Amino acid sequence: MAWHVSVYVTLKPSVMDPQGATVQRALHGMGYKSVSGVRMGKFTELEFDGGSSEAEVRKQADEICDKLLANPNIESYRFTLEKK
Amino acid sequence: MRFSVTVFPGSNCDHDCEYVVRNVMGQPVEMVWHKETDLKDPDCVVVPGGFSYGDYLRTGAIARFSPVMRSVADFAAKGGLVIGICNGFQILCEAGLLPGALLRNKTLKFICQSVHVRVEETDTPFTNACSKGQALKIPIAHGEGNYFIDPEGLKKLKDNRQVVVRYCDPKGALTQEANPNGSLDSIAGICNLKRNVFGLMPHPDRSGEDVLGSSDGKFLWNSILSATAVGR
Repeated sequence: MAWHVSVYVTLKPSVMDPQGATVQRALHGMGYKSVSGVRMGKFTELEFDGGSSEAEVRKQADEICDKLLANPNIESYRFTLEKK
Repeated sequence: MRFSVTVFPGSNCDHDCEYVVRNVMGQPVEMVWHKETDLKDPDCVVVPGGFSYGDYLRTGAIARFSPVMRSVADFAAKGGLVIGICNGFQILCEAGLLPGALLRNKTLKFICQSVHVRVEETDTPFTNACSKGQALKIPIAHGEGNYFIDPEGLKKLKDNRQVVVRYCDPKGALTQEANPNGSLDSIAGICNLKRNVFGLMPHPDRSGEDVLGSSDGKFLWNSILSATAVGR
């Protein structure tokens, strides 16, 4: 048994995303004209051993995101927990 | 005066910094591996350019947790001079020693070229040998040099005169064309509130001699020398 944590890090809406804009232009070029708001982000998977409580895993995942996985100046994050 | 250059896995301008300090400026310099915590009693710490930790996750994000960075933070807190160049600037931002962040260049391209930056503030230990408004010719080489800070942070930077250098044309005019990476407000380099920590994307380590295309970087190194001559 283990906790599986999926972390999504995205640029804040106020931060320009030239990569997302380029992908969007490519999609329009491919004919997907109705696509808008393309934003690139990062996806990270973490495993915690099953001995930890959900509250403890959430606390640690929060710290990990704040300190390393996301830069609070430019990015926001969210994560989901799953018991495996 | 004594310099120490930090060395991370993936640093590649550490020797450029060592060379300009020792061979061009004639000053003693120590190299400090990122696992070390003893900075070897410097007057000024140089955090060099490169691709620390392969730029994994975000530029500078992992290097900031190297043991040596705790010592750099302590040194800065005591008023020691710290200059971060290129990746060094990115590391100082990630470490919270400087505000803001460096994003992917607006063009998404790695840019390696000679640019000009205008000296906005001369009352810093890094620019005291420059004149206000002076355009320095210094090269850049980066993929993530697009300076960003939220509107509140930008206001603080301006109110406290922390924007030290801005991208400009050869005559010192701020134009969109002269801003190579899309940086907010053409910002190329900033200092902290106490003015003892300075980060910039352009490379004064690669512009210390005419044979390299420009010796304008020496204005910054000479500033540091005269600042510490007063300090010690």
